[in-house]
Amino acid sequence: MLRIEPGARHRVTVTVNGRLYSGFAEARTLLSDFLRHELKLFGTHVGCEHGVCGACTVNIDGRAVRSCLLFAVQADGAEIGTVEGLATDGVLSPLQEAFRRRHALQCGFCTPGILISATQFLETNPDPTEDEVREMLSGHICRCTGYEGIVRAILDVAGDAS
Amino acid sequence: MKPAPFEYCRADTLDEALDLVAEFGSDAAVLAGGMSLGPMLNMRLARPAAIVDVNSVADLSGIRLVGDAVETGALCRQADALDSALVGDDVPLLARALPFVGHFQTRNRGTLGGSVCHADPSAEIPLALATLGGDVVLRRKGGMRAVAAHDFFKGIFTSVREPDEIVTALRWPRSEPKTGHAFDEIAQRHGDFAIGAAAAVATVAPDGSLAAVSLGLGGIEDRPVLADLSGFVGAPATARTASEAAALAAGRVDPMVDPRASAAYRRQLVRVLGARVLERAFERAGARQC
Amino acid sequence: MTEGGRWIGAPVPRKEDEALLTGRARFIDDMEPVPGIRHAALLRSPHAHAEILSIDVSKAASHLGVYGVLTGADIAAATRPIPSAVRVPIDYYPMAVGKVRYAGEPVALVAAGDRYVAEDALDLIEVEYRPLPPVIDVKAATRDDSPLLHEAVGSNVVHHRTFRYGDPDKAFEEADRVVRLDWTFPRYSSTPMETYGAVAQFEPAPDRYTIWSNFQGPFILHALMCGALEVPGNRLRLITAPQSGGSFGIKQGIFPYLVLLATASRLLGMPLKWIEDRLEHLVASSSASNREDAVEAAFKDDGTLIGLRFFNTVDVGAYIRAPEPASVYRMHSASNGAYGVGNISVDNRLVTTNRLPIGLNRGYGGPQFFFALERAMEAGARALGLDVAEIRRHNFIPKDAFPYRAPAGSLYDAGDYEAGLDKALDLADYAALCAGRDRARKEGRLFGIGMATAVEPSGSNMAYVTLAQTPEERARAGGRSGGLATCTISIDPSGAVTVKTVSTPAGQGHATVAAQIVADALGLTPDDIDVMTEVDTLTSAWSLASGNYANRFSSVVIGAIGEAARRVADKVRAVAAEDLEVAVQDIELADGTARIVGVPERSLPFRRVAARTHWHPAGLPDGMAPGVFETAIVSPPELGPPDDRDRVASAVTFGFICDLAAVEIDPGTGKVEVRKYVSVHDVGNVLNPLIVEGQIVGGFAHGVGGALLEEMVYDADGNPISGTLTDYLCVTASEMPRLTIGHVDTPSPHTALGSKGMGDGCSMLAPVAIANAVADALGREDIDPPFTLNRVWDLAAEGGGAG
Repeated sequence: MLRIEPGARHRVTVTVNGRLYSGFAEARTLLSDFLRHELKLFGTHVGCEHGVCGACTVNIDGRAVRSCLLFAVQADGAEIGTVEGLATDGVLSPLQEAFRRRHALQCGFCTPGILISATQFLETNPDPTEDEVREMLSGHICRCTGYEGIVRAILDVAGDAS
Repeated sequence: MKPAPFEYCRADTLDEALDLVAEFGSDAAVLAGGMSLGPMLNMRLARPAAIVDVNSVADLSGIRLVGDAVETGALCRQADALDSALVGDDVPLLARALPFVGHFQTRNRGTLGGSVCHADPSAEIPLALATLGGDVVLRRKGGMRAVAAHDFFKGIFTSVREPDEIVTALRWPRSEPKTGHAFDEIAQRHGDFAIGAAAAVATVAPDGSLAAVSLGLGGIEDRPVLADLSGFVGAPATARTASEAAALAAGRVDPMVDPRASAAYRRQLVRVLGARVLERAFERAGARQC
Repeated sequence: MTEGGRWIGAPVPRKEDEALLTGRARFIDDMEPVPGIRHAALLRSPHAHAEILSIDVSKAASHLGVYGVLTGADIAAATRPIPSAVRVPIDYYPMAVGKVRYAGEPVALVAAGDRYVAEDALDLIEVEYRPLPPVIDVKAATRDDSPLLHEAVGSNVVHHRTFRYGDPDKAFEEADRVVRLDWTFPRYSSTPMETYGAVAQFEPAPDRYTIWSNFQGPFILHALMCGALEVPGNRLRLITAPQSGGSFGIKQGIFPYLVLLATASRLLGMPLKWIEDRLEHLVASSSASNREDAVEAAFKDDGTLIGLRFFNTVDVGAYIRAPEPASVYRMHSASNGAYGVGNISVDNRLVTTNRLPIGLNRGYGGPQFFFALERAMEAGARALGLDVAEIRRHNFIPKDAFPYRAPAGSLYDAGDYEAGLDKALDLADYAALCAGRDRARKEGRLFGIGMATAVEPSGSNMAYVTLAQTPEERARAGGRSGGLATCTISIDPSGAVTVKTVSTPAGQGHATVAAQIVADALGLTPDDIDVMTEVDTLTSAWSLASGNYANRFSSVVIGAIGEAARRVADKVRAVAAEDLEVAVQDIELADGTARIVGVPERSLPFRRVAARTHWHPAGLPDGMAPGVFETAIVSPPELGPPDDRDRVASAVTFGFICDLAAVEIDPGTGKVEVRKYVSVHDVGNVLNPLIVEGQIVGGFAHGVGGALLEEMVYDADGNPISGTLTDYLCVTASEMPRLTIGHVDTPSPHTALGSKGMGDGCSMLAPVAIANAVADALGREDIDPPFTLNRVWDLAAEGGGAG
């Protein structure tokens, strides 16, 4: 059992994009805030803090989840993937490349969460239909693109992989 | 929009969790997936003194066959249930309801038990459980009880769970032969909580008549409700019967009114969705013609 | 790259993307520009309308981790009210003083070590309110017996002006048929994914405010902020964040918070950061106006539109906040839309209610205006038994009439509206679509087709908002005109090119398009060119119109970019001409070189030539200034002041849009399915087709949201009940109808590259095109968006109405 008093600072150690990080969090510190303001990984964005918009989506132990609905202390010991880890040695992932080619982003604020979701989605469903892509995307809000470019980009990658 | 301070308690075993809820009582909130509790904490609509995080309690996970029921641990993630062959084969109604639950990203974390505990009247998992006549298994220090889903829900965000109890599992009756299931809902957007939802289970006799039929309704009243369709047992499993049954159900509900929908509209959804899911359930149960 | 080495017009992938895709792009909440930042949180009114009897901040002020607490009285004592173009006795401060006028209005500010503690302290502030009767219904607010928001005004109607162009009364007398429509237009908002955010720092000796934020302009508001802070312009330094997470206009509305944070930073003696949260954004940022409007249209039997009367009742919310009342005047001087009608009257009433103050929002006044005009055209067609496409064709301004002076003063630059209509009909397969509608109706289905057309203004005249004043008031206030844009291009001693556009984009790809333009001018590639788009009012070349709004980039800003690039090119060519010993006109810039036309092997590397202006000033041609640092400031000559008959050229370019929607309504559930949506655009010359298409689809999503889902709802007590993203329903990927896009592009003679501004696009037309289709499907004209399930089911269940 672990008990953390209100206001107490607790050490949280996580692996983010393959690298070990350690920082302090209160019991109530949201994982999104911990990543951004304690670990200074600003690539993950916060759009609503009530689990609707999907901007803060990160991969935890293999699954895309809302980091605003998790407390940092819950992630102690977890493997976390964020947008900063998608490119390899400066080379964009096929999905990132497809996003650029398809103009799947405008302001780019929602993009990190969508990339994280779509990456895991394609791992579990490598050959999705357009409806399935849209269903997955319905867990994200993008106000710029009308989603069209995003759907095309994900389908491009799915098509290439299959 | 940050949570108020609380004490964080991570239980590693069920006993620890039960000790903690016994200690804090109604001052504690049990944290499973956090898909509903999280927003309430962030908005400070919930201000528990303590959070009892049960995510590390191994006993609360898993999907298994127990007698005539499929038992899902309270912590079973919605995504895992959706991927489960056992659920797909033996609890097809749940499998059909789960795609309507939230989104890919929330199903990855959200749990079956958490959804039931939250007791949102328009939530899909409680509706499926109530329609199937399943049970909610609760534990407290030194005690355990199983409550029929029908008796578990008491109103909007309200259930019979006592503050010192934890929901540990849900029991889903296994599907019978010659039985069809269907689930549908109407929401303003995909993935939203439904304005109205309907779940149907129907068993069709070899002569094409209904041997058993259930119609559950979500989002209509303050908790999932079952329509009394006993009068339709023996009726032909046809579209017309589906439509008549739905109309009867629509006449008997006492709908909620909110900014999204009037009582008349919700009643209409019972007619439309009820007929739709009954008809599909009849077809899936092997009814020849609808 | 396109033929002939031109980058303009090519689908160049965006320069902005790599940083955004890899999480390296920096937004305001990522910035810690100064040490010692404390975090602000705001206590907000739970009441729509109440007197503040007392505020006790003592517990909050003594809470561990709190550095200070301020109330509206503290702010009012340290600032002046923020003015607007409407001269009424309303003292608008960024925090409530004495009285709260909308739920969500700031009441107190807490500064703390972090946001969590700041919010804890908000819980400890005790405010005693005396609730007052809320004013929510716009029409009721205009009545003499209504409770008042601002007692000193003596009415909730804070602005009322009428306008006449041509002879509308005569036109209505001579009409064969007059249609009148009354409706309620809903309040909705673009809700960008990034909320407002700012860091404000006050430094004494000399007194100076520095604010980093995602403010987007218009920088005319800088002058208002200086007025409120009582400082000259050089003592309020505004710096925009490198990236902005969407705006669609709404980030204009952050400016009162900038005044608040600046003042709080001074009073508390510490830099303050405030990041608006989503709940704050949905109840207290800004939104488009809800309106109670009516329109009358006078037709001849052959479908000729001979007169229009607009009756606009605009809910501005609790305060008239600058640049309002601009939303009702942005479209004013184009009140004829795409049609040749010459007789128009407009009656504008602006009404304060206990709702959130309105402001810029995608389409800014366009969705409401075109709702009036295009519903009237369609109702007119039905009343006269004419085809909805043909009645429009019959009334279009003909293509040989451009440039066309509209009755209320706009100068339409170029267009071929009939070709646009034909393209839309073709893409929609209109005849087959109509036949399909007939078949569907025979089967008892509810199927409807609706159209809409628009002119899309771009590059605003800063003076159009002064239509809110009478010609006499304008004369007293002094002249106003123009819409300046600026651009600076510099080449550093390494020969590298940097472009500063001061255009504060929020996703529109300005850096990419600027690089395309400069690459063409200098014979380089877009990758060779760095573009800075942010504003720093102390170091940037900027002016009142700077910023990102009213589609101004591809109409006005590109003019400044092009002009600065031309000057740089001339200079580099002159240096090269001297080196290569030829006349300057014999030098061309291409392939990264300066070379002799026709003798490409005689070339010099561009970078070396450019760098020489720094390294060897004495070796430059006689009279040439060293270095390369060219700033162009342009203001389109078309943008003159309003005349004494209230006519003004309100924008530089007028694009054209023709939309067609086909819907089917499920009578069982009220669900509106958009079966087909076609949108044809005239954006002039296309600068980057990838970006143009992205803007069109994005605007469509906003329009679809406004038509089908989105509404900021208040209950009768003035409580906002769409205050979360589970209640305010943004369109998601599953709700987006398929969009077919077409182009009929006529180059603009008013802009450097023949392009027109674009970006509002379908956000202005989808609400009315879908409404027209819903009206057609239901056979009734008395319909109000958004067309949500229950509402449409009610309409369908009631059967045919006025139609």
